[in-house]
Amino acid sequence: MNNQYHTHITSKRKWFELNLKEVWQYRDLIWLFTKRSFVVTYKQTILGPAWIFLSPLISSLMYAFVFGGIAGIGTEGIPQILFYLLGNAVWMYFSTCVNKNATTFTSNAGVFGKVYFPRLTTPISNVLSSVIQFGVQMAMVFIFLAYYLIVGQVHPNWWAWVFIPIVLVHLGLLGMGFGVIVSSLTTKYRDLSILITFGVQLWMYATPIVYPISEIGIGWMRTVVLINPVTAPVELLRYAVLGQGTVDIFYYILSWGVTFIVAVVGVLIFNRVEKTFMDTV
Amino acid sequence: MDNKEIAIKLSGVKKMYKLGQIGGGTLTADLQSWWARVRGKEDPNTKIGTDTRLIGKTFMALNGIDLTVYKGEALGIIGGNGAGKSTMLKLLSRVTAPTEGEIDIYGRIASMLEVGTGFNGEMTGRENVYMNGAILGMTKAEIDAKMEDIIEFSEVREFIDTPVKRYSSGMYVKLAFSVAAHLDSEIMIMDEVLAVGDMAFQKKCLDKMRDAAKKEGRTVLYVSHNMNTIRQLCDRCIVLDKGKVVFEGDVEEAIGVYMESEANEEIEIDLIDIQRPKWLIKRLMNLRSVKYLNKDNNCFDTNEPIVLQMEWNNLVDVTDVCLRIEVVNLEGNPVGTYIIYDFYNGKKDEESCAVIKLDISALIEDKYKLRFVLFHRDEAGNNLNIEYAEGLCFMKLASNGGLVWDSRHWGQIHMPTPEVVFKNI
Repeated sequence: MNNQYHTHITSKRKWFELNLKEVWQYRDLIWLFTKRSFVVTYKQTILGPAWIFLSPLISSLMYAFVFGGIAGIGTEGIPQILFYLLGNAVWMYFSTCVNKNATTFTSNAGVFGKVYFPRLTTPISNVLSSVIQFGVQMAMVFIFLAYYLIVGQVHPNWWAWVFIPIVLVHLGLLGMGFGVIVSSLTTKYRDLSILITFGVQLWMYATPIVYPISEIGIGWMRTVVLINPVTAPVELLRYAVLGQGTVDIFYYILSWGVTFIVAVVGVLIFNRVEKTFMDTV
Repeated sequence: MDNKEIAIKLSGVKKMYKLGQIGGGTLTADLQSWWARVRGKEDPNTKIGTDTRLIGKTFMALNGIDLTVYKGEALGIIGGNGAGKSTMLKLLSRVTAPTEGEIDIYGRIASMLEVGTGFNGEMTGRENVYMNGAILGMTKAEIDAKMEDIIEFSEVREFIDTPVKRYSSGMYVKLAFSVAAHLDSEIMIMDEVLAVGDMAFQKKCLDKMRDAAKKEGRTVLYVSHNMNTIRQLCDRCIVLDKGKVVFEGDVEEAIGVYMESEANEEIEIDLIDIQRPKWLIKRLMNLRSVKYLNKDNNCFDTNEPIVLQMEWNNLVDVTDVCLRIEVVNLEGNPVGTYIIYDFYNGKKDEESCAVIKLDISALIEDKYKLRFVLFHRDEAGNNLNIEYAEGLCFMKLASNGGLVWDSRHWGQIHMPTPEVVFKNI
């Protein structure tokens, strides 16, 4: 009995200590956190969960109107609403991963300061709730996709659909790693939390979300967009689901490299900060 | 002692906090401070009123704690403000890490540093029980199995499916405590959570705790300022002072040691650097010092009043300030309170001084402590504290007509002798 639950606390910190076994013991908590993020958002609203469908639909229509209509940006022959719905879904997924994790420590300080549980449960549940949201938005994409398939306006690359889960893991790791780094720094420097919300907005325009890569000419702008680690997985997803997209294998591998580094650095910093952040927050 | 199983072992545990300027909180402020230091100028981010001697210095909240807690015992932890009690509990519940030393914990810990952690107002009582239970380390299956017991114990069955934002504070605490009390943990850590809820519920909680220790063989660590609950619950006690264990052993002896250390003999006290309690959110005034004017020691005779001088300054313009002087005995129980309504009005940064005379003839012989509270009174008669400081101790000397006063049953106030008229029947 005693040996089963032995905890050793020491002042010496290991640099890399994930303790995934403990996180697994708290899997119910991860699930509850995930559920809570939905339940709490839609309590005391008239439309309730319908908002999950409504908000991306409205913003996709807005994109179609502003970027497709007024600015006249092409969509590689894909029906505009489908193009923007998918772009919106994948960007929402990535940006919520970043934004929610960027406030992990500051917004949970109350709970973290009172009781111990593996801190990694919060970022994981954040990613999980983003995955669910993505799933819901994808369901909407599929409805439109089915229509345009019948009409014959889209030709998905079905074989590439196996990459969809990989894209999710890819963006999830990148978003979480990035968010967690910011969150660890915000325990000391609050400016970053302001910077991040508008930084992420800018980031969207450096990612082919409201435009396809083929719309940008050769030049430094194209290089910036291609180096952006979010670009490759987004284009891969578009290539699979909509049959159009520019996937450059070099930039795809580069993106994975960046993701790997960001995720590892994120976990390292997270580990370092979680033990004592209560003293500075 | 040797055959007992160890539940918690601390060896050489230290916790250091940095004092004074601990980072501006924003990157720009940090850069500003750094630039000011480079040029040899005064740091623009130093808080006004902080003691500059403390900047860059460190403070040992815990300074080498060696302690072994055995399985199944109820250990009380007592000590004055800033003795390191809360820091110790924080380390044990793994909220923050020690600076030096090692801690071994055998068993799962349920820590109740504050009940209701993770409660969300929008969610119902039941949903919150799941949430809170999971945060405290229970699985969903375990919570399901205990749900009935938890609801039963909490006395809020009718409202269990109502969002907790509609709960009264009493109901909230009852539910939260029930969750924590039903954890399958081997070790329970509590920090005065029993100071809430009604009397009947407090008793129920204490009984539950005692059962946990005595019948279920769990280990209980209990921190309190209230010596009565310590007496009721604990079978061993440690006294912390300035980050060290100064006494370890029998409960009554420990209480004695604690009260001895609390009873300082100062006749003048500087309140500027004394830490204010966390609940004092809106602090508008700054009590600077308090001293006895009529004595050169702190022992007062029966019919001798206490004459004290209080100095303060105002952080903002204040009007209609009332003064409360609370008298507490060294066990932490309030005995009585002096109140002066419409005590003071003043402008920002104004420094004031008042001489106050207290009649203490009703108090029985004992040692007491004074607490000074400045507050506002709203239309509904509620008080809103704007400054609080624990101040001087004093000793009331005997004269109860030669009687040995049984304060456990009679209280600590000697009411004025009633008038008696004998009549013929």
